[in-house]
Amino acid sequence: MADSRRTTLSVRERGAPETALVPAEELKRHLPGVEPERQLNDWGRSERIEGLYDRLVADFFYRYWFRAEVEGIENVPSSGGALLVSNHSGALPPDAAMIAKAVREEHTHPRPVNITVEHFFKGYPGFSTLLPKIGCVAAHPANVHRLLYDEDQLVLVFPEGRKGTEKLYKDRYRLRRFGRGGFVAAAMRAQAPIVPVCVVGAEEAAPIFAQVSVLQRLTGLLYFPITPTFPHFGLLGMAGYLPAKFKLRFLEPIHFDEEGMHEDKAMVQTVAHEVRARIQENLWDMVAKRRSVWFG
Amino acid sequence: MDSKRILITGISRYWGGRLAQALEAFPDVEAVIGVDNEEPQVELERTEYVKVGAQHALLRRVVEAAEIDTVVDTRLVVDSAVMPSSRAHENNVMGTMNILAACTGSDSPVQKVVLKSSTHFYGAHQDDPAFFDETMRRPHPPHTGIERDIVEAEASLNEFADRHPDKAVTILRFANVLGPDVETSHTKLFGLPVVPMILGFDPRYQFVHEDDVFHALEHAVKHRVPGVYNVAGDGVLALSEVAGLLGKPYAPVLSPWGTGIAAALARRVGVEIPPEALNQMRFGRGVDNRRFKAAGFRYQHTSRETVLKLGEHLRIHPVVRGAQEPYRYEREVEEFLRWSPHVKNTRDRAASELSRDQLAELQRLLTSFAETAGMDLDDGDTPDRAAEAERRAAEAERVAREASERAARAEEAAEKRAARARPARPVEHYDDLAAEEVIALLASLEAEDLRTLKEYERDHANRTRVLSAIDSVLARGGSRV
Repeated sequence: MADSRRTTLSVRERGAPETALVPAEELKRHLPGVEPERQLNDWGRSERIEGLYDRLVADFFYRYWFRAEVEGIENVPSSGGALLVSNHSGALPPDAAMIAKAVREEHTHPRPVNITVEHFFKGYPGFSTLLPKIGCVAAHPANVHRLLYDEDQLVLVFPEGRKGTEKLYKDRYRLRRFGRGGFVAAAMRAQAPIVPVCVVGAEEAAPIFAQVSVLQRLTGLLYFPITPTFPHFGLLGMAGYLPAKFKLRFLEPIHFDEEGMHEDKAMVQTVAHEVRARIQENLWDMVAKRRSVWFG
Repeated sequence: MDSKRILITGISRYWGGRLAQALEAFPDVEAVIGVDNEEPQVELERTEYVKVGAQHALLRRVVEAAEIDTVVDTRLVVDSAVMPSSRAHENNVMGTMNILAACTGSDSPVQKVVLKSSTHFYGAHQDDPAFFDETMRRPHPPHTGIERDIVEAEASLNEFADRHPDKAVTILRFANVLGPDVETSHTKLFGLPVVPMILGFDPRYQFVHEDDVFHALEHAVKHRVPGVYNVAGDGVLALSEVAGLLGKPYAPVLSPWGTGIAAALARRVGVEIPPEALNQMRFGRGVDNRRFKAAGFRYQHTSRETVLKLGEHLRIHPVVRGAQEPYRYEREVEEFLRWSPHVKNTRDRAASELSRDQLAELQRLLTSFAETAGMDLDDGDTPDRAAEAERRAAEAERVAREASERAARAEEAAEKRAARARPARPVEHYDDLAAEEVIALLASLEAEDLRTLKEYERDHANRTRVLSAIDSVLARGGSRV
């Protein structure tokens, strides 16, 4: 998962009175109903603001700026929870929004995608208000589980997390470590399939030439990159993407049908490596076949 | 009903009083005893109030003497605006310890302890999950006084539960409570002309309606539901959404950096934002309320409906504030009619009213009859007149008989009505009544009747529940009359 500051989920506090064990299916039945009068859902996602963002920003970048090309969208299941796992890059990563847009545009059953983001954003003014409104949730194992298992939603995670977005241009398309495999454990626990996703183009759209740690500490941001447009065009320069051609490839889903697999640490690590290897292979394949960074 | 003899702490505060009122209505509940340092603020029918704080030795004697099987602790202060932190600490941590000490021991009659806690237990942090569930602990140690108190109070309950595995220990963690009768930091903030916010933050909030709070406590008393439960209405709202539902603009007046200083400035102008609320206004909090639903509880209000209800109240409140005075007089009169020894004829008023016109008719007939009779004396042997007098007498007799029959019928009906509401003498068909029915009637009886009834009960059915109910009514009646 993309969280660097990790929170442990202890099952039982020492000496806590035992809460009656309620079967998970029983709890699922008690999920709050949808109140049709509301514009926001319980995660803070706003239909209105998301629609606005989609029409004004995502649409433009998807169609005209990045001219996204998608293959294998049928690998995203039409119903039930599924975990999309992707490579990650860019100072203000454009890949997440493009994957979500691809599912909405190309899939036969368009579904909202919940994008997991660092806990950092919840504590940073502005981001804290905006990100949940357009479908971002904090990358907490409990959040991912609730979305996958209880709410049958699509969740997008970037196991590289911050290590992916702060890597420099010279390291492009070389996957970082895939966290501790928390994303695999979450999918196994929820018995939701993992759909690996490869994104080519994001590295060139928002290349990072250097990281300035002094300025990072001064501004309190996650990192302080030097990009073609940042910092000299101000904070908006973070979104100043170069018009690279985007290619997205959704790979065959990996299913987990056995219960209790997530407790087998070795199994979790094996699957995490397998997912990482598949994404890496396909990335190199896509980069090799690409004739031009800008025209694909 | 799982619990029969219930002790409620914090009876003088809103929740204790409200819960006692609710529990009184259950006929299966034999005894409700409220303890606190101060007098109860609400009308209580058969709850017995004992003026005692959290001194465990005294409480223990009350618990043992009254054979209390359930202790409901509603005292916990979860809003630091209510009292200074040192007093809150004394109340929350030391008080809870003492109350538990009063229930300790293998010979203790207590079978169940219920604590009213708060979701402030979890705090509000940057790396919180979006929905806390009961098995999660807070990600960071508490750093506001109230949160520390709540964590410590719950810890002592956990320890108690570990030591007494046979006793059911229920902890209910309530989300922010809103409602027309309850006053918290948040109801005050939402009562301002604009809803203050921290610039750049739109936290997620979950609320629970005050009715759902005491229904939840009631549920924990009625059923055996050991464990920790979150109690919060369905739906998590963004603070901007809350402002929208209240029909108020929101104002990001607090600065994102140095918010503590901004809050201190706000306090200067009379807007109190306690530190635990400040964290919530930054990071928000949502909890998973499904476990208590799975335990059989049904919420009456969602978070959204709770906010809408508060909005209605805030709009109507300035309008009705002046109109509430007369009601209080009415209550005083009721009190007088019910308890004063000088009230003689509230009961048979209905019967006499009904027969009044019949009485008038009777009187008229009787006088006319007396007239004719007088004429008879004057002029005895006039056959016409004698016949006339006889006819009139017969007529009078008929009407009188009719009237008296009607009066008797009316009286009977009135008596039946009265018997249903407040019987005159120790209840007719007493032996046919179930214990609940008897207990329901007790409040309407005079002290003398109660004593007779008690003797009768002791000699015949000898139901302990009825006897103790009579005792408690007598005890209260004694102090009033």
